[in-house]
Amino acid sequence: MTQSKVAYKTSDEVDFVIVGSGAAGGVLAKELATNGFRVVVLEQGPYLTEADFTHNEIKVLQQHFLTNDPLRQPNTFRKTPDETAKKQPCLVYGRCVGGSSVHFTANYWRFHEIDFVERGKVGEIPGVGLADWPITYADLEPYYTKVEWEVGVSGLAGASPFDPPRSKPYPMPPLPVKDSGVIFERASRKLGYHPFPAPMAILSQPRPGRSACVNCGFCLGFGCEVGAKSSSLSSVIPLAEKTGRCEIRPNCYVHRIETDKNGRATGAVYFDSQRNSHLQKAKAVILSANGAETPRLLLLSANKSSPNGLANSSGLVGKYLMPNSGAIAYGVFEEQLNDYKGFAVSRIFHDFYELDTQKPAFYGGGGLDARFDITPIAFAMNGLPPGTPRWGKGFKKALHHNFTRTMEIFCHGTSLPVESNSFSLDPDLKDAWGLPALRMTFKDHPNDLKMMEWMQARAMEILDAAGAQAKWSPPVTEQQFAFHLLGTCRMGKDPKSSVIDPDHRTHDVPNLFLCDGSSLVTSGRGQPTMTIQALAYRAADRITALAKQGAIPG
Amino acid sequence: MQAGGLAAAAWVQAQWPSVMAAAQRAHQALRSTQPPKFEVLTAEQAQEVTAIAARILPTDELPGATEAGVVYFIDHALKTFASDAVPLYQQGLVLVNQLTSEKYPGVPRFSAASSEQQDEILAALQKDQPKEKRPTRRNSYIQSSDFIQVIWVHTIWGFLVDPDGGGNRDFAGWKVIDRDPAHSFTPPFGFYDQGYPGWQPAAQETEKK
Repeated sequence: MTQSKVAYKTSDEVDFVIVGSGAAGGVLAKELATNGFRVVVLEQGPYLTEADFTHNEIKVLQQHFLTNDPLRQPNTFRKTPDETAKKQPCLVYGRCVGGSSVHFTANYWRFHEIDFVERGKVGEIPGVGLADWPITYADLEPYYTKVEWEVGVSGLAGASPFDPPRSKPYPMPPLPVKDSGVIFERASRKLGYHPFPAPMAILSQPRPGRSACVNCGFCLGFGCEVGAKSSSLSSVIPLAEKTGRCEIRPNCYVHRIETDKNGRATGAVYFDSQRNSHLQKAKAVILSANGAETPRLLLLSANKSSPNGLANSSGLVGKYLMPNSGAIAYGVFEEQLNDYKGFAVSRIFHDFYELDTQKPAFYGGGGLDARFDITPIAFAMNGLPPGTPRWGKGFKKALHHNFTRTMEIFCHGTSLPVESNSFSLDPDLKDAWGLPALRMTFKDHPNDLKMMEWMQARAMEILDAAGAQAKWSPPVTEQQFAFHLLGTCRMGKDPKSSVIDPDHRTHDVPNLFLCDGSSLVTSGRGQPTMTIQALAYRAADRITALAKQGAIPG
Repeated sequence: MQAGGLAAAAWVQAQWPSVMAAAQRAHQALRSTQPPKFEVLTAEQAQEVTAIAARILPTDELPGATEAGVVYFIDHALKTFASDAVPLYQQGLVLVNQLTSEKYPGVPRFSAASSEQQDEILAALQKDQPKEKRPTRRNSYIQSSDFIQVIWVHTIWGFLVDPDGGGNRDFAGWKVIDRDPAHSFTPPFGFYDQGYPGWQPAAQETEKK
């Protein structure tokens, strides 16, 4: 069911059709509709609202209520291009209006200056396609501020000595501290680090139509029932619809971008819920379908003049996939934390954001956060220390003691861009609509694995300093599953080494724009959504300017 | 300090009745004094499922799978989202009863064995099974052909799911993990944040930049 006040006909040539209603698509819809353009947003998932959300862990986490369905949308995986990919679920993304911003953790770190200029600073790394961005932190700063104020981000400006400069404080104070945050803050200070209140895209104060966080405890993976999580669904999409010029059209699975004989995009072809195919005509097309589906859609749109996929003259569509690196350390404490109450993260530190490439000899860097994001079923399955009985009285006793006394330290870090790490079309497997399935090719760069092991060892030291009664850390292994879908249509000035220009316009098709995780040139240190939204606000400004200059040939 | 706490609480009171009503309907269905009818399992099968679930999560001073109504959750799951597991249950229960009689002659079925015997049987069954991939941290759904593994997963689901999902009767499972069933919380949450003075810059700031 659409909530939009306007409904366009597919034969109406609207100004923009946007594919995807998530973090980027939602912002672009709101900005462009506000600027006077007629916009249709095509979302493959349903239009759910707060009343549809539930704490039913089976429905949400096992039955993919909010996310892509591996049964209807199967994937294949391989480590290197010389292997044949095997069918296995290898990624998750939001499949509903609001996209992944509905279920995300809501860690909203800005990228730092270094993330945009790292290649220039560290030089060439063998086997890595590290590149500098064509824009800098200073270019993006006003848009980071805009994200914080428009979608609603809680935080404390100036609390971290490692933070990049900012033009305005946060619009609201940090969320309350959790027990994991108190433990982490005290122990990491003891060790000389600089913990601070985590910036979170969750309201600490109410806004019109939205409650402040009520600390219900079903946050990561779940949709927020009170609109406190600053998803596109709760923040920008209502504003887009309020303009009366934006239609959010759910249950539309776009599978092709149509072009004319001049190589211009004419619209997006989609299956509706009855599998009827439609072409929504538009003067310009924007893909915000995420870092997996955006490149897939370009590859699916291959035609006679672009046999390797639309906008793919560089051959780089789908390449340089960066899912971020990660590691976890678990600790159990003597007294009750009750860390199931609240959102996931209340304290982080960025002392390792920019590691010395000589000592400890890693490229990139990362951040640590204190959290507990494991809901009851997942906890019983995987939250107990290795060696704990899995049934009987011992199992029950461990559940009773540990659920309220466990916390995690999560290490997040860089993925270096490696060209063979990619999304592509599987040559054999098809999805339930008969379209080629997504194939993921991925092998972590050894630097990233070593860095995560190093960071995990620091996390274990913090748990020691905190006096944890028990602690453990699952070994860092090569990843075969991606949450963050970044870098697969990278931005750059040179059409030979990038897919989009600094205005998010594809080098090859003058009225086709891409804006989502695929646009990122580097992966930052693990929390990409803030940057994706800042890029979307900036892209909306650039696209508006181009349209008003008559510089988007339709 | 919790900014917006009062306003948030007021909002919940105003906006949540529909959410709460749905959750309460689910709870009342389970509190009904009439014994619910099984939709898929026979009475005999339900007895064995109850007995197996009660060894995975036994009843002691705290409720177990029986008090949480796990068997009703499983029966309803087999009728709905887990219907493809019906043959696995049918064959698995026969196998468990056979093994019981082989191991303990004169004991006709699993539910008639003593607790100690039941534990031995389940341990033997687990040992016999090939090691399957453990569920991952964020995805406990596994397509397993191993009956004991599947009933283990279903028992945990039925024990710990929010009652909105048809299990965890009277929040029996959440009593075991010590989770307060409330829908909203205010600080202090636990032991360690009591008396927290609010975030302050570190006393000796070492400027690293």
